[in-house]
Amino acid sequence: MKKPVLRKLLTGLVASLGLVATLSVQAAEPFKVGFVYVGPIGDHGWSYQHDQGRLAVEKYFGDKVKTTYVENVPEGADAERVIRTLAKTGHNLIFTTSFGFMNPTLKVAKQFPKVTFEHATGYKLAKNVGTYISTTYEGRYVAGFVAAKVTKTNKIGYIASFPIPEVIRDINSAQMALNKYNPEAELKIIWVNSWFDPGKEADAANAMMDQGVDVILQHTDSPAAMQAADRRGIFAVGQASDMSSFGEKAHILSVVDNWTPFYIKRVQQVMDGTWKSEDHWGGMAEDEIVIPAFTNIPDEVATEAQSIVDGIKAGTIHPFAGPIKNQAGELKVAEGEILSHDELAGMNWYIEGVQGNIPK
Amino acid sequence: MLFKLEPRGEHSKAMAYLSPLLAGILTLITGGIFFYLQGNDPLYALKTMLYTPISDVYGLTELCVKTAPILLCAIGLAVVFKAQVWNIGAEGQLLMGGLAASALAVNIIDIEGVWVLPMVMLVGMLGGGLWALLAAWLKTHFNANEILTTIMLNYIALNFLIYSVHGPLKDPHGYNFPESAMFGDAALLPILVEGTRVHAGILFALFAVVVVWVLLSRSFIGFQIKVLGLDASAARFAGFKDKKLVWITMLISGALAGLAGAGEVAGPLGQLVPQISPGYGYAAIIVAFLGRLHPIGILFASLLMALIYMGGEMAQIMLNMPLAITGLFQGMLLFYLLACDVLIGYKIKFPWLGTKAAASSAE
Repeated sequence: MKKPVLRKLLTGLVASLGLVATLSVQAAEPFKVGFVYVGPIGDHGWSYQHDQGRLAVEKYFGDKVKTTYVENVPEGADAERVIRTLAKTGHNLIFTTSFGFMNPTLKVAKQFPKVTFEHATGYKLAKNVGTYISTTYEGRYVAGFVAAKVTKTNKIGYIASFPIPEVIRDINSAQMALNKYNPEAELKIIWVNSWFDPGKEADAANAMMDQGVDVILQHTDSPAAMQAADRRGIFAVGQASDMSSFGEKAHILSVVDNWTPFYIKRVQQVMDGTWKSEDHWGGMAEDEIVIPAFTNIPDEVATEAQSIVDGIKAGTIHPFAGPIKNQAGELKVAEGEILSHDELAGMNWYIEGVQGNIPK
Repeated sequence: MLFKLEPRGEHSKAMAYLSPLLAGILTLITGGIFFYLQGNDPLYALKTMLYTPISDVYGLTELCVKTAPILLCAIGLAVVFKAQVWNIGAEGQLLMGGLAASALAVNIIDIEGVWVLPMVMLVGMLGGGLWALLAAWLKTHFNANEILTTIMLNYIALNFLIYSVHGPLKDPHGYNFPESAMFGDAALLPILVEGTRVHAGILFALFAVVVVWVLLSRSFIGFQIKVLGLDASAARFAGFKDKKLVWITMLISGALAGLAGAGEVAGPLGQLVPQISPGYGYAAIIVAFLGRLHPIGILFASLLMALIYMGGEMAQIMLNMPLAITGLFQGMLLFYLLACDVLIGYKIKFPWLGTKAAASSAE
């Protein structure tokens, strides 16, 4: 009779020891987060800002979280292996930070159902894949307002990358501000078909200035246009990171991506088990779009610009508040209404006031 | 003087084969020292780079995925380089192959049939082959240096591909993002091992190795190619048509690079994207020389090159090293190879070793 009891005791002891062991292992093992970047972390633009978010995650969580990054990952056949290796080496949450990683992320996610993935700027969701994007159009609206106020020639340059919804949306947002605050002003758009090409961006900036443009907005990542504007004594708006140091006299504001709050929130959610797959849009209210400072503009313009920022944060101002007409003059959004999320997400038409056509 | 180089008189066959091995060992040692200076355990770091990526079945299959395009480009280069025709344009030929294959594949997405895949591959080979013939034509008709024309054609091919993927081949349902639609199943290369990405492209590459080996060492045309490479005027004197040989070798090399490109879009990618090659065509040049322009040597050199690519990724993930590590290892390998190749034609003498050595060498 004694023996089984002893055995039971022993098994219980062993089991509890094992439990303690696994528990302590879990406690000691940090939560691993991987980041996949399309560019070098030193690009001072897109990948740089994501890496700033990663560093902030490390600082915030300390020993509890370990992060890994892989930079310069081509948006080709290699991406899938890099993402898979991160998943296989025990990373619990993986951020893939460029559009070209969409299909590779989804393929790997299917094979690793227990790993959580977050893909930036894409449009495909899965059970363990969420997407995220920052609503840069909010910043672009403020930039449009300031440009409308400071322009003397009423010609505003806009360096655009690719005709994808995100970029079309931001052009429209700047035009919304022009329509409201200076209907005389006109956008001059040049497509450079690149996210980062200092040579082309500078060429575009110079071509615009030759046409009499005196404020330049850009949806590309290099500070080349800012530098060109500084040389010729006109104004420019920075993009992605704070570009004030590149144009002492030209810089009026920068629309900065701040991924820190989003990354900290997502890491916490996955650790707590409260994460859900969703398409996240974050902007000024979430501190994901930040305008660090207004420089080189009159105080009253800066004050009004700040009040627009505060309004967007509070939700009292929306860049795409009706009435909105398309280029043909047809009413798309009635007065008192706001352009829907789905319309914004797939935007492929210009609003009234934008000149020219979207390249096909 | 520390040491002297003395001409051997005759090329050393042993050194020709030992030189790549020696270069490999020197690269490992220098790499180890580099890791040590970076504060890593050199043995662990080398293991992470060169063993961990292939330590399981999946890793081995990935090695095949990565090797296939490099091997196809390099084996084609072996043929042209043997003829002393310097085709630096495998990259552009690969891109044109991928582009041509995609142009067909996205237009027949809904069509099923066993002929679809062979057609896609064939069109890819045609794309790469015709692109190479452009340089061959410039060389034979205008005496244009093929090194320059092929390099320039690389940039034209790249921009043509980018134009196509932003324009006519763009996915109509892809929100204007620069990607083609995903290919239909009939146009995709079959997967060899379930649950991995290893596709039939590696079989094409291995088949090409055998064909090129037979061509170069067992066929009359291979003999002509080699004679042309060794002495162009002798080849002409023997009645070999050197212009025709330039066309043939360029066509073979371009078609194989084109097949590599078709294999990428119809293999691991499954669609056309702006970036289908991280520079396979350029890496293949190093591989061709590292492999002594011999098919078997090239096979091993391609595997090594693919491993270095994968090791660079692993070093980033496991050791937090920068990506530059990949380029560093590739560069060291080529550097040491060129240095060691001196030993094929020369031997090292150490005058300070004393009279005995000097006497024995004088005999």
